[in-house]
Order: sequence, then structure tokens, then C-alpha cells
Amino acid sequence: MFANIEYHSNIKGEHSYYRVRASDHDVHSHVDWIDLLIALDKETLFGDIHKEFPTHNGHRNEVSPGGGIIYDAALRLKPEDIGRPDVNLYPIPYLDVLVSALKETGHEHELSKYQVMTNTVAFGASSALIDFDFDLVAEAIKEGFTGRKVALGDLNVKAARHGYDFVKQTFHDDFAYKLHPLPTKQKRMVIRGVQAVGIAKFRAGCAFQTYYPITPATDESEYLESHQKEYNIVVVQTEDEISAVLMATGAAHAGVRAATSTSGPGFSLMAEGLGWAGHTESPGPVIILYQRTGPSTGLPTRTEQGDMQFVLHAGHGEFPRMAIAPGDTMECFYDTFDAFNYAEKFQMPVVIIADKFIASSYRTVEIPDVSGLKIDRGQIVTEPELEGKTPYKRYAFTPLGVSPRTIPGTKGGIFHTTGDEHDEYGSITENSENRIKMMQKRMRKLELAAEVIPDSKKVSFFGPPKADVTLVGWGSTKGAILDAMQDLEADAIRCNFIQVRYLNPFPAELVSKFLSTSNLKVLVEGNYSGQLGALIREHTGIAMDRKVLKFNGRPLSQNEVYDGVKDAIKNGMKEVVMAHA
Amino acid sequence: MLELKDYRTKVHNDWCPGCGDFGILNAVQMALFELKLEPHNVAIFSGIGCSGKTPHFVNTYGFHTLHGRSLPIATGAKLANRDLTVVAVGGDGDGYGIGAGHFLHAGRRNLDFTYVVHDNQVYGLTKGQSSPTLLKGERTKSMPAPAIVEAINPIATAISSGYTFVARSYALDVRHLKEILKAAVLHKGSALVDVLQTCPTYNDINTKEWYAGADLPTKSPRLYKLEEKGYDGVVKNPDDSNEVTQKKVQAITSSFEWGDKIPIGLFYKIDEPTFEDMIGTRIPGYKASALVKQDLFNQNVDQLFQYLT
Repeated sequence: MFANIEYHSNIKGEHSYYRVRASDHDVHSHVDWIDLLIALDKETLFGDIHKEFPTHNGHRNEVSPGGGIIYDAALRLKPEDIGRPDVNLYPIPYLDVLVSALKETGHEHELSKYQVMTNTVAFGASSALIDFDFDLVAEAIKEGFTGRKVALGDLNVKAARHGYDFVKQTFHDDFAYKLHPLPTKQKRMVIRGVQAVGIAKFRAGCAFQTYYPITPATDESEYLESHQKEYNIVVVQTEDEISAVLMATGAAHAGVRAATSTSGPGFSLMAEGLGWAGHTESPGPVIILYQRTGPSTGLPTRTEQGDMQFVLHAGHGEFPRMAIAPGDTMECFYDTFDAFNYAEKFQMPVVIIADKFIASSYRTVEIPDVSGLKIDRGQIVTEPELEGKTPYKRYAFTPLGVSPRTIPGTKGGIFHTTGDEHDEYGSITENSENRIKMMQKRMRKLELAAEVIPDSKKVSFFGPPKADVTLVGWGSTKGAILDAMQDLEADAIRCNFIQVRYLNPFPAELVSKFLSTSNLKVLVEGNYSGQLGALIREHTGIAMDRKVLKFNGRPLSQNEVYDGVKDAIKNGMKEVVMAHA
Repeated sequence: MLELKDYRTKVHNDWCPGCGDFGILNAVQMALFELKLEPHNVAIFSGIGCSGKTPHFVNTYGFHTLHGRSLPIATGAKLANRDLTVVAVGGDGDGYGIGAGHFLHAGRRNLDFTYVVHDNQVYGLTKGQSSPTLLKGERTKSMPAPAIVEAINPIATAISSGYTFVARSYALDVRHLKEILKAAVLHKGSALVDVLQTCPTYNDINTKEWYAGADLPTKSPRLYKLEEKGYDGVVKNPDDSNEVTQKKVQAITSSFEWGDKIPIGLFYKIDEPTFEDMIGTRIPGYKASALVKQDLFNQNVDQLFQYLT
């Protein structure tokens, strides 16, 4: 199962929707057609066409031939109004069905209070059409209503049941799409990106999280906060993102694993703090950046891959920072866990570059075995080791660049740190020789990271070694690319795919090696300029042959990657811009 | 046995001769010494400016941070290790200008720390521009024209932002400053100590002589100690909202006294739960020991996964 949400930047509503895709094989992405549309209102069908620039033109146009539309019979639409003679129409009087459910439980006089439950009626109706086991529907609904809300859950089950029965009694059982549970050996879960990041933080021992409210990052902090008692994690809502990044940096310097989560506008404010963390060789923080459509406020609730080059360069001057871009939900989990180890081991800030799409999308995955995940706190010097030694040097020159650190409060381990250039003790100096050595020492740590981190984490390679087309991407486009590869194969286009996961330190040799044998290199990215393409060229001298780009705030779908790549190779288009809303 | 020299470093000091910073530095070292705080259990945070170099001269853990940003970093460190005694120092431009947002919100939280602000009405390290505490209409020697905007009142701002210990002292009265600093460090909660300070290089108005009242007809010192006038800024019963309001109003009123007579001393003090206490009400485990001393690694996350099945 794969599901993603689109919504507006407002609170009163406007057209929001989920796309849920289910299959008997693993699906990694969404598609732009709909087999069963559940329209809760008129706008879902026809779009907001009254506006000069409508956000969408109605999902009725996206329903596949032979598909179905569930809608409110109270809209009194004639089939010709909907204009899709090739699809099955299922008008259901939502309110009447709900009233019948309320009557059965004696709540018919509280219709206004429960009117929102028409969505549950439609949900029950849809499960009848696809012949889904109602017991599972009931179970799922009840899980959403615990504690004081149990009675409300029961009422919702009743509403779903009435919707379900209405369909079974009213329509022929001729809908082509059915959904039956598959026998499974392993227990699966449905998880969102923000949850995967959050659980990784708990597992990694993150004790401190800061945030300033911003879409779409705040969900993660709220998730952490909802479990703060069990995991002893302090979550602080700060006055701004400057404070958020620096408070986390202060906590990291003080010896706890610390993190902050934000989106583009917040990350912009963090730039100076990132530099201080890098320059003072702070063992963190881990920064989770959920990109959204920029620049400025952009499209605040929509997705984009527009901040990668900014992350790599944010802050003045040159300092080490790591940047990792997970490509799917569980990579969010593993990369976040690793980020805390690397932040402490290499004493630098680590940025996880995710986005709105990956943050809010749901995926079915198997429960991972986390027993193999090991904590590595890097080199920490303790009181007994310091006793009787010469004064401690926090920034001692070492062959690998990493200076063993002390945790403030350690006797004998006193150090000074500063954003000014400093000597091995952390005292300010403008000495030329020291400046050169300190710069080299700090930057050496990135080389060390490149040496220590396994190649398998840096770049993933999918498909046959030799192919007609090599797709190149990073981050959340991974799923759509993987799924589109199967469609391209079906068209006898042999393709492979390079997913770059470590952006800094950049795995130049690996990427070079993979690309050197490829015939046609097609870059697939969710931004305007093809930022990964520029980065690869910077590090390897290799240029992309074609680009498939999307920057309208919506995620690339499986069919868009397929269409875009086809246009790029068959029609020889240098750059294809995808536009599905 | 700790000695005063244990709080000093051998780092070269490049402040101007006669700078008020020396008085503040000495008072900080003496206060820590007299409180018998072990150097390794203290962390000093500073921003940018002449005052920003202070941590380098004190033999404790020291964090010389960004311009205006000492408070967020200090807050993170204190929350991570509440066993540390945390002192932040900075200039008036650093704290009331570029860092003003952090200044307000640190007070709201009532974190247990002490904030020492070097208040000399000018930006020293950038050669004498007006700082947020320079009075409207005043012009120091490197300014092309008098200030045309109002000054911030740090005492009043601190009280209305939630600081629970608000005091003012004078950099050249090291004994008074040291005693105020000791009380501030001992206070459980956010303490602001605004320190009037001379800048012999750039502030040719609020000079040592000016504070001594040399220009006044009576030639009497401008500074007077609040407690010597029978002033009492300490809230006796924090649950008595009338008393709290009355003490705040009294303090804010006194903070506007400026000119021929300028009060120093403790303007306001109240005992309230600290930020750390409040976090403990949300997270019982936070109270057990300093966060940095807890083993939070390899915690079981199975139940979180199971919940999603």
C-alpha cells in the first residue's frame, strides 16, 4: 500500500485528498489515474473551476475507463453532468444513509453533531464495491477511536456498515476492482516518513529536539512529543529557527544527542548556526529538513527537491557538514539513526534532506529488525583518562582530523570553544599557520567520513549493469522511478537507476563508475534546475544527457516518470517538465 | 582548596586599557570563587563583541558563540546538563539588539541561569555606533548625529518578559557587582544582571566621571543603591497576585529613573518553578538526573512499530 496527501495552506479546508494505492506486489509510488474515486463533495468531481487559476479541474477526469465514482446522490447530478459514460457511477445519499445509522443507535436528533460522519458512510460504501472484508474495515475504524472516544468509534462502524449495506443492496456487483487480504508471513505496518524519523530518533537515543512550527516538519516533533514520557526526550518549541538550531547545538556540545526539524524557510534561518556548529566541531545536531516548494513561502503545503544545493552550501565560509537524502520511508529510519552516530563520530552537523512527500506519505513495510543497529558515540575522553595529563586540548591536531572531546562537567576536561578561528585549546588566534592547519583538520573529517561509511549506504544501484537508459535521481523520487522502470522494461527499454543517497561527502568515484558505462543518462528530479545533475558534473565532470523535471509542488508519479523518460529518449527532448497536479 | 587564580586563564587579553569589561570579568571570577563552584561544573556563554571574549579569560567551560545567540546555546546546554552552573555574558547590542528575541523568550522560560549584560550604550568592537540602550537625542563621539530612536529599558523589558531575578550594577563597583552576581547565580530561575559600564574609547557621555557626578552642581555620584533607600523588590508570596503586580510596577517605575540619580541593586525577585521543573512535570524521567547522565541509547522501539501494524 502506498498513500499520499495533497492539501492547501489554510485551515478551513478547500480541496484536500488522499490517494491510496493497493497492490498484491510492493508499490513504491502513486499514479495519476484513479480506479475508484470517492467524492465527498462537488469540488472533488469538478474542481474549483470558478477560479481564474483553478488548483485542479476535477478528479472525474482522472478516473480510468471501467473505474467507478462514488458521490453524493443529494447533488442530483445527471450522468451527463459528470460526463464520463465510460465509468460506473455510484450515487449514494450520504446523509440519508447516515440518518439510518444514527436512528439505529438512537442518535438521530444529533445529526448536526455527527454530520461529518458522511465520510465514513462513503468509506463503507467503497469497501463494499471492492468487496473488502467488512470486519477489517470495522477493526481499522475502531483503532482510530480509543479511550473516551470508543463509543464514537462504534458509531462510525455503524455508519460504515450502512454505507456498505446500501451499496450491496442497491448496485449490481459488477465493479471490476476487488481487494482481498493477502496471506502474509511477516507482520507489516503502515508508516509515514515523519514516524520513521521519529522512531529512529528514539532508537538512537536522541534526548533533545527543538522546533519552530512549520509545515510540513512539525508533525515529526509532535510525534516525538507524544512519546516524550516513555523515551525521556525533551522537545522544546523555540522562538524561531535560529534558536532551534543553536539550542540543539548547545545540547549536543553538552553531551546529549540532539536534533531539530524544519522546512526550507526555517533552514534558511539556520544557516549561520550551521556554520557555528561546523566550525566549533559540535557533535551534532542532526537536522531533518523536510523540503517544501520554495523559494520564500512558495507553496507551503506542497513538495519539492529544491533545497539540496542550498544545504550543501548554507552558511558563509567553508566548514564540514554531512548531507544524506533518504529515498523512502525506511531509508528515513536508517539514515536518521546513522546520522546521530556520524554527528558524534565526526563532530559535525548532519542534515537529512527529506521532503513533504516522503514526510506525509504512508507505506506498507515489514517491521525492521533493529537489533543490528549499534550506537557509536565517537571518541569521548573521561576524567580518569585526563588525570595527571597536560592541559586538555579540545581541538588537538590528529592525523584523521577528529579531536577526542570531553563532555562539559568533566573534571580536567575544561575547554573553550569559539566561532573565531582558534588554536588547539580553543583560544582565539589569527596565526597563519594555525589557520591553515585548523581548516585542513576540520575538512579532513569529511574525507574520513567518506572512507569509513560503507559504499552501500552512499549510492544504490538498481537494474542490470548494462542498459539503454540510466536513470539518475535522489530522495523521494526513488519510488516513482523504481515503479516506472517496470513500465519502461515492458516497452523493451532496458534501464537501470542510480540513486545518490550521500550528497556530502559526495561519492564521486562510485557515481563515476556507475555512470561511465551508461549509454543515455536521464536525470529525474523534483526541481527546476536539476540540482543533482549539477552536483554530479561538479564532482565527476559527467553531464546528464536528458532531464525530466517537475517543480509545480506535486510529487512525480510513476506514470510521469515513464512519460517523461519516453519523451526524453524517443522524442529526443533535452528537458521534459512534468505538470500533473 | 580552590583559589581565585583557578578561575583565571593565561589567555592574552586585548581589551582597551580602562575598559569596564575588566571589572565585570573580575566580578564574575570572584563570584564563582566565593560561591565555591568548581570550575568544571560551570559553563560560560557569550555572544560577539568585546564582551564576547569573556569566556576565554575564565577557567571554566566556555562557549564564545554567535552575535546575539548565546542564550539559545546556553539554554540547550543547561537543559542537557542541569548540573552545570550556566552564566551567559554579552553586550547590550548583542542581547537587546540582534538577540532581543532570545532575550525575551529566555525570560519566559525561567531557565535556571544568569545573564550578565555589559551595558555601555555603544557597539565597541565595530567602533562606537549607538546600541539599543543609548538614549534618544544622545550622540557619542563617533556618531555622525544624535540617536533618533528610543532606548530600550532592559530592567522593565526583563520584568515584563518573565525574568524572576532582575538587577542592575556597575562595572566599576566590583564589590557590588560581585554580590549581585552571587545572588543571581544562587537564584533558581532566569536572572538578568544589567551592568552599567564605561567604554573609555567610544562612549564619551556616560564616562567614569559622569557616573561619579563630576558634572553635577553638587558633584555627588549618580548611582545609588536601591536597598539603601529602603527599597524591597523581593516577592514574599508568589501566589499573591496583588503583591506580584505591585512589586513589578514598583520595579518598572524605578527602572525609569535616569539622569542625576540612577538606581542600582535588586529591582525584582520572585521564586517560581524553573523551566527544568516544568519539563519535569511533563517528563517524570527528566527529574531523575541530568539528561546527559542518563542512558537513553538502544531503547526498545518495538511497541512503536507494533502500534502501526
